[in-house]
Amino acid sequence: MSGAGSTPRAANVSGSAYLGLLLPVALAVLWEAAVALGLVSGRLMPPPSRIAATLYDLARDGDLFVHIGATLWRVALGFVLGTVAGTLIGALAGYSAVVRRIVDPTLQGLRAVPSIAWVPLFILWLGIFEESKVTLIAVGVFFPVYLGVMGAFASVDRKIVEVGRMFRLKGLALVRRILLPAILPAYVIALRSGLGLGWMFVVAAEFMGASEGLGYLLVDGQQLGKPDQIIAAILTFAVLGKLTDYLLVMAFAPFLRWQDSFASSQ
Amino acid sequence: MITFDGIGKRYANQTQALEGINLSVGDGEIIAILGGSGCGKSTLLRLASGLDQPTAGTVALDGTAIREPHPAIGMVFQEPRLLPWLKISDNASFGLAGLDEATRRERVKRVLDRIGLGGYGDAWPRELSGGQAQRVAIARALVPQPKVLLLDEPFSALDPFTRASLQEALLSLWAAQKPTLVIVTHDIEEAIVLADRIAVMRPSPGRIFTEIKVDLPRPRARLSDEFIALERRILAALDGSLSEAGGERKSYGVDEAAAAAAHWW
Repeated sequence: MSGAGSTPRAANVSGSAYLGLLLPVALAVLWEAAVALGLVSGRLMPPPSRIAATLYDLARDGDLFVHIGATLWRVALGFVLGTVAGTLIGALAGYSAVVRRIVDPTLQGLRAVPSIAWVPLFILWLGIFEESKVTLIAVGVFFPVYLGVMGAFASVDRKIVEVGRMFRLKGLALVRRILLPAILPAYVIALRSGLGLGWMFVVAAEFMGASEGLGYLLVDGQQLGKPDQIIAAILTFAVLGKLTDYLLVMAFAPFLRWQDSFASSQ
Repeated sequence: MITFDGIGKRYANQTQALEGINLSVGDGEIIAILGGSGCGKSTLLRLASGLDQPTAGTVALDGTAIREPHPAIGMVFQEPRLLPWLKISDNASFGLAGLDEATRRERVKRVLDRIGLGGYGDAWPRELSGGQAQRVAIARALVPQPKVLLLDEPFSALDPFTRASLQEALLSLWAAQKPTLVIVTHDIEEAIVLADRIAVMRPSPGRIFTEIKVDLPRPRARLSDEFIALERRILAALDGSLSEAGGERKSYGVDEAAAAAAHWW
């Protein structure tokens, strides 16, 4: 039964990938046609061909890669810092109820502060250059990672932990052989939401005065009235965000082959 | 030899789960601890495992008090509790951290063959049926060659056919290593099939009501007259344990209990 059913299902999966492209491609074609036929001006919302041309120009003189490089570097640095801090503090708070009672209320309070509210303070403390930007991104990454790790540690099945205890695992050995593998799926989800917030915060960071970066392209496009440049930057964000998320998932996939979940059975 | 000496267990909420338990189990003996739910039989087993501590008395293995999990004591839980991120062979060898790779692989292969899962070393736990997973859990507990194996209703979640075949598998593993087995169960038939001796417990607080020796040769035919007679006797003891716990405390022996229960039937 399952053997016979596998081929059509495989076809369905690849079919649904194409299905997802239908809407954006149709919209792009319609908009292109509307502008070409003179139905709309396309000044504020440039047609796909103009956006492609802008992207091509930016790429040809190398500017695009300078901007991508600057933004990627900030995200990477902030992501690493936020992840390390979030993982360590989250693990301590998840592992020990005492630590949790001490740090969690404060962190939950800080989490409620809107990200942009930090900007003036960070600029005052760290200046307008890289330090304040990376710090803001790290703060954005920190909270989802902290929450995810803490929740995952605290909710590891007692029954599985008892198996480790029966084999006299304690401390680091218990963490390495039982707790870490048990929290890994939740950890990957936490890292992914952290990375997502990292991309969100890099824009906020680059709004606060940058001379390069995709966020700078956005501000520059607004000030000079170049909507095609803004959309080009937005598209680049989309591609980079999706790509880095994919790389993150792929990096952990070999360690999660054991998962027996709804998603993996699909 | 594992000894329970004046064991009592009172939980933080003041529930007295166990009181005055005295029991000793000889090397290589199979003892079944039988009782209804809530009579503290699983609690007793957890005290022997070192996962929990008694509030009175001591559990000792060859004279050494058990206060935490002990290398010579293995445990099989009601659920397989396999680690889902490890392949079957790695699950089975989980307790063999100290050994070199070759010895490890050799021992795991031998035990997987013996439990009839020779070809499953590279499978994931999710690919196994409940019965297969529980076989692996038994193998995992036996691979480090413990002196005592504790089993907490290990087959209660399985269907009757799987249960019978796992009981057989357990006996064949036991015959190879001769560990002491302490098996908690609420299944009378299972107790008779497996045990040399059956300790019947009664609830609130959990105490040992009586002990019954099983002198039938193995393998034990479930439909033989002796088997069924013993089953009746134990049923009567269980009934007696309940009526004593419920009403006024009469002290009567097993045979009187059997007689009383016979009227009831």
